[in-house]
Amino acid sequence: MTARRLLFLPVVAFLALFYGYPLCAIFVHSLLPEGWWDPTIIARLFTSPVYARLLWFTTWQALLSTALTLLVALPGAYVFSRYRFFAKGLWQALLTVPFVLPTVVAAASFSALLGAGGPLNTLLMAWFGPDSPPLAGQGLAVLLLAHVFYNYSLVLRLVGGYWSGLDPRIREAAATLGASPWQIFLRITLPLLLPAIAAAALLVFVFCFTSFGIVLILGGPGYATLEVEIYRQAIHLFNLPMAAALSLLQLTINFLLMWLQARLGAGKQLAFFTDTARDGDVPATSWRAKAAIAATLLFVTALLVAPLAALLGASLLGDGGLTLAYYRGLFSGGGDALFFVAPGAAIANSLGFALGTTVLAVLLGLAAARHLAATDGTGSAWWDALLMLPLATSAVSLGFGYIIALNRPPLDLRDSLAMVVIAHSLIAFPFVVRCILPALRRIPSSLGEAAAMLGASPAKVFLEIELPLIRRAILVGAIFAFAISMGEFGASSFVTRPHTATIPVAIYRYLSLPGEMNYGQAMAMSSLLLLFTCAVLLVLARAAGSGGETRR
Amino acid sequence: MSPNRFWPALLALLLLPFSTPAAADGPTLTVMSHDSFDISRHLVEKFESTHRATVRFVKSGDAGTALVQAILAGDKPLADVFFGVDNTYLSRALNADIFLPYPSPLLTTFPTTLRLDTQNRLLPVSYGDVCLNIDRAWFRDKGIAPPADLADIVKPAYRGLTVVENPATSSPGLAFLLATIGRFGENGYLSFWKGLRENDVKVANGWKDAYYGQFTAASKGDRPIVVSYASSPAATVHYAKEALSEAPTAAVTGDRGSFRQIEFIGILKGTKQPELAKAFVDFMLDVPVQEDIPLKMWVFPANPAASLPEVMRRHAVIPERPAEVAPEAIEKHRQQWLEAWTDAVLR
Repeated sequence: MTARRLLFLPVVAFLALFYGYPLCAIFVHSLLPEGWWDPTIIARLFTSPVYARLLWFTTWQALLSTALTLLVALPGAYVFSRYRFFAKGLWQALLTVPFVLPTVVAAASFSALLGAGGPLNTLLMAWFGPDSPPLAGQGLAVLLLAHVFYNYSLVLRLVGGYWSGLDPRIREAAATLGASPWQIFLRITLPLLLPAIAAAALLVFVFCFTSFGIVLILGGPGYATLEVEIYRQAIHLFNLPMAAALSLLQLTINFLLMWLQARLGAGKQLAFFTDTARDGDVPATSWRAKAAIAATLLFVTALLVAPLAALLGASLLGDGGLTLAYYRGLFSGGGDALFFVAPGAAIANSLGFALGTTVLAVLLGLAAARHLAATDGTGSAWWDALLMLPLATSAVSLGFGYIIALNRPPLDLRDSLAMVVIAHSLIAFPFVVRCILPALRRIPSSLGEAAAMLGASPAKVFLEIELPLIRRAILVGAIFAFAISMGEFGASSFVTRPHTATIPVAIYRYLSLPGEMNYGQAMAMSSLLLLFTCAVLLVLARAAGSGGETRR
Repeated sequence: MSPNRFWPALLALLLLPFSTPAAADGPTLTVMSHDSFDISRHLVEKFESTHRATVRFVKSGDAGTALVQAILAGDKPLADVFFGVDNTYLSRALNADIFLPYPSPLLTTFPTTLRLDTQNRLLPVSYGDVCLNIDRAWFRDKGIAPPADLADIVKPAYRGLTVVENPATSSPGLAFLLATIGRFGENGYLSFWKGLRENDVKVANGWKDAYYGQFTAASKGDRPIVVSYASSPAATVHYAKEALSEAPTAAVTGDRGSFRQIEFIGILKGTKQPELAKAFVDFMLDVPVQEDIPLKMWVFPANPAASLPEVMRRHAVIPERPAEVAPEAIEKHRQQWLEAWTDAVLR
């Protein structure tokens, strides 16, 4: 057994213990309550038209969201991978911030912008004079917009990172041979980019397919995805069999899709060697390049930065104009309340969980991606799809699985803080795999073989050859693992834990009580989350970026 | 920083939040609750020193999620005591048979209307009334008289002014639906809702979105009537940026115009320290905690001996006659009512 396979074992063990086992336990518990299969308990799934409608809506909104995101983010990925411009790192960090924003906060900033009394409606009414606000603060359009808002940076980073790793000499060679820029793009760049685009599209699709908070708040009451219905069935109606059946349906569909993608993607991969010595990005010199940069930045400002700015504004504006009262309130100590969340503690806790998640997810993701990259054939496609499954799994089902499965020593982890990091890592690690795998696959195997022949140990081959080549991909994976955890994404909200004040917890607490100070402090806390995340992402990018500097 | 030094540094940081404080003497009592639970620190510390014990709180999402988790845990309970079953989930909790009866001596003075479980497996701690809230300034500026009763909001004068929460996804939303069922009866509530739909009611999926997204008194929304709590006006005074003499919002209660949510506490079967658990239940029902509850969770104490804080006395109302729906009926008809409501209002 090679070291590579040996390293894959912990990944399998982790998934079996914290994913497969709890999930099977809750499905068996829900669907076979008396120990045998009783088809009547989920008969409604097939007799009522409600569920077919749900599945249809869930699917097409996810497809549409994915297509829209790709459409707007790919040009951005080009600009960000190709050109060097002012404060590029800051822009990139800023664009990733939506990923950590709790849905209620994103919804609040969206409705502040698009709502009935928001600036856009006021402007439109002043210019065109309709009697009622022309834009609705919720509905299908806002839902799609929010999905683009959340996923834009995913495509930008994943595809952009891969793009800038393409050897510019290939393009230059084609140009020398007389190919037009358009020909170069269609015949050379696009085929080479395909693995990264497919990986990004798959992530976005799964993300939108299992969308919960965004649909619940911004879609409005007329819209529901399978995930929303699973939550409703399990919690509000206490119909665990139906929740489990819907959860299985969601898993099956996503699994088939991921397997298909893995099958189609396998073997279409072109291995080619690039050294990181030549980064693709150049300063913009032509007016067209400058215009492209300006257009991209203008677009992301309207789509992503404006809602964030609205949030910052709300944290600083009271009835009587500018105020710091909300920030003062945050730092005032909260009296004697046992569960008051001090901003410092909240940031420290969030950071602890996020760093823990990043480390665990990157280690697991790296081991898994290396294994996948080394194996070929149908087995690889199965594993590939299987590893992605946690991302497509209903958070409610998994959370409940923990309760009934991990209830005996030595594994009574039901209410330990480690569970939070584990739950976050389960969601984050498929992201990491998707980020690293395309980069790993394009390293020609001859490279490692040559080094081994010359006497390098497998560890040395990894550290000296592979690692520098996939450094950028690991960074992108780490950034998303970090962001997923900072935003308390999905699963963690259904995990029982000792009261731990994280930033999203604090925001929810403030927003669950009426009163101006509560709202203001929620906005102030969100702004702290935003600024802090932005700062960490910048530092992370610097730290990882300088690691490769010496190799130039 | 090279990767070899970067990761160990991260790993060290990762372990920070898991370092637990030095273990205290005596037994540990675990209390499970939902995310909205809060209490004053000094009271818990007093309980700990009196009983030479440590109280550990675990949280499990919203009230519904926390209860389902407690039920799933079964005979290997996640905690000794569970706080936060409300009357809309009471039947589910009792049917699951996860609580031990405990006839606390303090209960004798509690109003019988709050003591819904005759076997005392779940004991009432607090209650709050879900009803309409209005934006006073909005109605004053427009020169329109605000609605005085639940039935008013289907009138043409209030067209397009109301936002409610979806009962299928929100707990105050469900409580408000129950208020209309208690008020107009099982045969009449749907025609009220159809009238409301024709009157251009807006439906939000949750309280946060309705209140902070649509309600004119708390957002840039355009709805001056919202479904919230009868204690909400007091909270808006308490959490105002500058001191207020009058609440910016008002609760509309009227006769059977609200629904009373009662929150219960219970001792989980399988607890290893029933005596300490009983002591904690008494602690929650006794006057000091009962007087602490209003300003922590914005609900009213179940213990009649507890006096209300000033801001609650002045700005909150306790409806004299809330609409009533029995917990058994709620559990039995929940799905049917929700589906009928969805058909009438959303489809």
